[in-house]
Amino acid sequence: MLWAGVRAEAPILVGVFPFGLIYGALARNAGLAPLPAQMMSSIVFAGSSQFVAAKLIAEAAPGAVIVLTIVVVNLRHLLYSASVAEYVRDLPLRWKVALSYLLTDEAYAATIVHYELDGVKPESHWFFLGAGLALWLTWQVSSALGIFAGAAIPPSWRLDFALPLTFIAMVVPTLLDFPVVAAAATAGVAALLAYGLPYKLGLIAAALVGIAVGMILETRQ
Amino acid sequence: MSVWTIFLIGGLLTFAMRFSFIYAFGRFRVPPALHRALRFVPPAVLSAIVFPAVLMPDDRLAFGLGNHRLLAAAVAVLVALRTRKTLPTIVAGMAALLLLQAAF
Repeated sequence: MLWAGVRAEAPILVGVFPFGLIYGALARNAGLAPLPAQMMSSIVFAGSSQFVAAKLIAEAAPGAVIVLTIVVVNLRHLLYSASVAEYVRDLPLRWKVALSYLLTDEAYAATIVHYELDGVKPESHWFFLGAGLALWLTWQVSSALGIFAGAAIPPSWRLDFALPLTFIAMVVPTLLDFPVVAAAATAGVAALLAYGLPYKLGLIAAALVGIAVGMILETRQ
Repeated sequence: MSVWTIFLIGGLLTFAMRFSFIYAFGRFRVPPALHRALRFVPPAVLSAIVFPAVLMPDDRLAFGLGNHRLLAAAVAVLVALRTRKTLPTIVAGMAALLLLQAAF
């Protein structure tokens, strides 16, 4: 079952690997030393929040603002946790702790499909573990390679631009209905207006404005 | 706050969110308002990063054609709309920026 999880995760890993490389290189460009950059990949272990945190560290934002931003970017994990909870409810606590640590976007994607198709069987948690560990190992190795290579990339390559490009690639496919488009547009414009806010609070303030606008418009529809 | 403290607290809180409902199954539910808010989090947060990175390259607004990042981002949006794939979008955007930079 462990290998079934690894195999189900494999196609996703092909896309994750370059992300890890870009993260590692960006973290080094942001001024993080190799060890902290790698530790962020194992302690926080959530790609998009790591990108954002590296950017805020480069801008010397206060720690509390960085932590708050990490939490908001990672809020969606509450939903994953609620979604898989019924499938893992009978496992011992140590399994729940381990699987929670491994509950990333990508491990969730592979695992929830498995649970929904096959239901809960005595070995199902090994599938979850296999998918989670495969993703974990890929993320650690690709981050390390990016950190290693990042220092060698000259500034004229404009690597910092890879961050907004990555986020454009992530956000465009989500723009499927009016409330989401409005949330994205308002948050973007608000971020321009709030750019000068102290403590680099502009990002989080703009995001909250966008979320509020999306929710209001959705209620009206 | 040192980067280690930031990673430790940020990591613990991220773990807490991942562990929350798995640990407390059946004892509480996702509040409906939070559930509704969640789908707006990625577009809002990502746009709040993308807009200034593209439109304020030197910490001030630049809407003109002289802003290479704006043109390169437009190329990336078009590629993202067409392919809906991440890597082609990044590659196209980076290539556009570096070409514009070399040409002008």
